[in-house]
Amino acid sequence: MTFLDALLFHSPALIIAIPLLSAFLMPLVSRIHGKLRNIFAVSMIGLTGCVIGVLATDVLANGPRVYIFGAQDIALPLVRILFEVDSISIFMAIITILLAFIAVIYSWSFMNHQDGLDKYYTLFLLLLTSALGMELTGDVFNFFVFLEISCITSCALIAFWIDEGEALEAAFKYIVISSVGALFVLFAVGILYAQYNALNIATLANALQYSFLDKIVLVLFLVVLGMKAGLAPMHMWLPDAYGRAPPSVTLIIMSATLASFYGILRVVFTLYGNVLTTSIRFDLPLNTIVGWVLIALAIVSILIGVIMALIQSDFMRLIGYTAVAEVGYMFLAVGTGIAALGTPYATVALQGGIFHVLNDALDIGLLFLVAGAIYYVTKKRSLDDIGGLARNMKFTTIFFFIGLLAVAGMPPLNGFTSKFLIYESVYQLNPILSIIALLCSILLLAIFIKVLYAAFLGPQLPDLKDVKEAPRSMLLAMGCFAALAIIIGLFPNLFLDTLVKPAADALLNHAQYITTVVGGI
Amino acid sequence: MFTLESGSGFWNPLVWMLVFFIAFLLFYGIRGFGKSQYKKETEQTKAFLSGNKEAAPEEMHVKASNLYWGFTTSMRSLYSVLRKMHTGNTSDYLLWFLIVLAVLFLVIGVI
Repeated sequence: MTFLDALLFHSPALIIAIPLLSAFLMPLVSRIHGKLRNIFAVSMIGLTGCVIGVLATDVLANGPRVYIFGAQDIALPLVRILFEVDSISIFMAIITILLAFIAVIYSWSFMNHQDGLDKYYTLFLLLLTSALGMELTGDVFNFFVFLEISCITSCALIAFWIDEGEALEAAFKYIVISSVGALFVLFAVGILYAQYNALNIATLANALQYSFLDKIVLVLFLVVLGMKAGLAPMHMWLPDAYGRAPPSVTLIIMSATLASFYGILRVVFTLYGNVLTTSIRFDLPLNTIVGWVLIALAIVSILIGVIMALIQSDFMRLIGYTAVAEVGYMFLAVGTGIAALGTPYATVALQGGIFHVLNDALDIGLLFLVAGAIYYVTKKRSLDDIGGLARNMKFTTIFFFIGLLAVAGMPPLNGFTSKFLIYESVYQLNPILSIIALLCSILLLAIFIKVLYAAFLGPQLPDLKDVKEAPRSMLLAMGCFAALAIIIGLFPNLFLDTLVKPAADALLNHAQYITTVVGGI
Repeated sequence: MFTLESGSGFWNPLVWMLVFFIAFLLFYGIRGFGKSQYKKETEQTKAFLSGNKEAAPEEMHVKASNLYWGFTTSMRSLYSVLRKMHTGNTSDYLLWFLIVLAVLFLVIGVI
C-alpha cells in the first residue's frame, strides 16, 4: 500500500482525528508562542482540508467509501462505529472546512487582542470536529454524540465575550434549546435501536418498516434538526447566538447549523428513502406529507426572516434573521424535492437546495465578516451609530456590496444561480410559493440597501472620522468569500456538475448508500 | 460551462453581462446629451431649502431605524404580533419547539 493509498484509506478517520488531536494539543502549543498557536491552527485546518480534498476526489470518482473503526473490513457492522462518505457528505465537509479555514484566517487579526485564545482555538477545533463528524458518520448514535459535542462547544464559543451579558444570555438559551433537542434525538435513536437492534444508517434504512414508532422517530428527527438548522418558528435562538458570538465563531457555528440541515437530508432521503413513497392513510404518499410540511415551515421561515430583519438595527442580529430566511429557501427547495419526488423538477429543486447550502455559507458568511470588521474598527453594533464608513473602509464596502447582491439573489452572483433553480422548480409545484420566495428576495435587497446607506454611505460621523480599514487578514478572509461568490456566479456549471449534482444523486440513489454497507455483509 | 439549465429555462451570466454592458453604454451615451454647465462647489450645487440654513451633513443623515418608516408603520399590526412572538424567553423558545413537535406528530404520526 503506497502512502497515498494509506492516506486515502484512513482519510475519513484522519478528517476527524486531525482537528480533534490539534484541539487537545492547542493549550500546549499556545504556551510556546501566540504566533505559533495561530500558525498551528491554520496549518492543521489546512491539512484537514487537504485530506478532505483527497477523499473528495476519490468519492466523486469511485462512489461511497466506508471506514470501519477497529476493523479491516465490514464485519459486525451493527455494533462497530462506521463512517460512510458519499458525495453529499463530502460536499458538506468541503463547505465546513472552507468556513473553518476562512474563520481562522479572520481570527488571526480579529481575536488578536483577546485573552484566552488557547481555549478559543481548542473549542473552535472541537466544534469543527463535531460538524465534520456529523457529516461523515454512518451511524445514528455517533451522529448524536457529535451533535452533543457541537452543542457544548458552540455554547462555550457563543459566550466567549464573557464580559457581555447578552453573550452569556445567548449561550444559555442555546445550550437549553440544543440540549433538549439532543435528548429528543437520543430518544429517537433509542426507539430505532429497540426496534431494529442496529444503529448503522444503512442497516436501519434496509430494515425500516415504517411502523408507528418509525413515524415518531421521523418527526423527532425533523423537528430537532429543523430547530438546529434555524427553521421557523423554532428559529429564535439563531439571531441571539449569531448576533452575540464573535463573527469568526459565527462562521463555524453556521457550519454546525448546516450539518443539522444535512442531517435532515440524510434522515429523509437515506434512512426513510426506502419508504418515502409508501402510501399512508387517505392514499397519501409519505413524501407528499413530509414535503408539504417542510414547504410550510420554509415559507414561514422566509417570511419571518425578512420581515424581522427589516426592523433590526443591530447589524449582526439583522444578518441572523437573514440567515433564517436563507435556511427557509433551502427547506423550500428540499420540501419541493420531496413532495414532487420522481418528477424532473424535483431533482432540479433538490440540486437548487443543495447548491444554496454552499451559496448561503459564502454569502451570509461574508456579511458576518463585514459586520465583524465594522465592529472591530468602530466598536459599535447598532446601525444607528455608524455612517459614512465607505470613505475609510473602501475594501470592506466593496465586499459588503458583493455580499448584498449575492444574498439578495442578484445576477450574476452566486446567490442568483441557486435561487434561479429554486424559483424555476418550485414554480412548477405551485407558482404562489415561487412568487412569495421571489418577493422576499426583493425584500432582502431592500434590507441590505438600508444597511448600505446607513453604515457606508452618507456623511462621515464626527466620532468615526479616524476609523481605519480592517486589518489585512480580515480583508483576505472577506476577499476569499467575495471571490468565490463571483466565480460561482460566473461559472455555475463548474460547481453544479462537479459537486452539486453528484450530491443530489447520492441522496436520490439511496440504494447505493445502503448496498455499500449492507451488501458487504 | 456558462449556461445553467433548469429544465424549464436557462441562465447564462455572460449574456447578462453583455446586456448590462450594452445598457451601460446606452446610459453613458444618453448622459452625453446633457448640459455641460455643471460646476463643482459653486452656488448651483448647494441645496435650496426655501431660504433656511442648511444643517450639518451628519445631522441630516437618516438613521437605520428611520429608514422604511412608512413600511413598518403601515405593517404595525403584523409587527406587533411578531414582536410578541419574539419574547426572548427561553421557555417560549421551548414552547414553540413543543408546538411544532405536537403539530407534526398529529400530521405525520396520526395520518
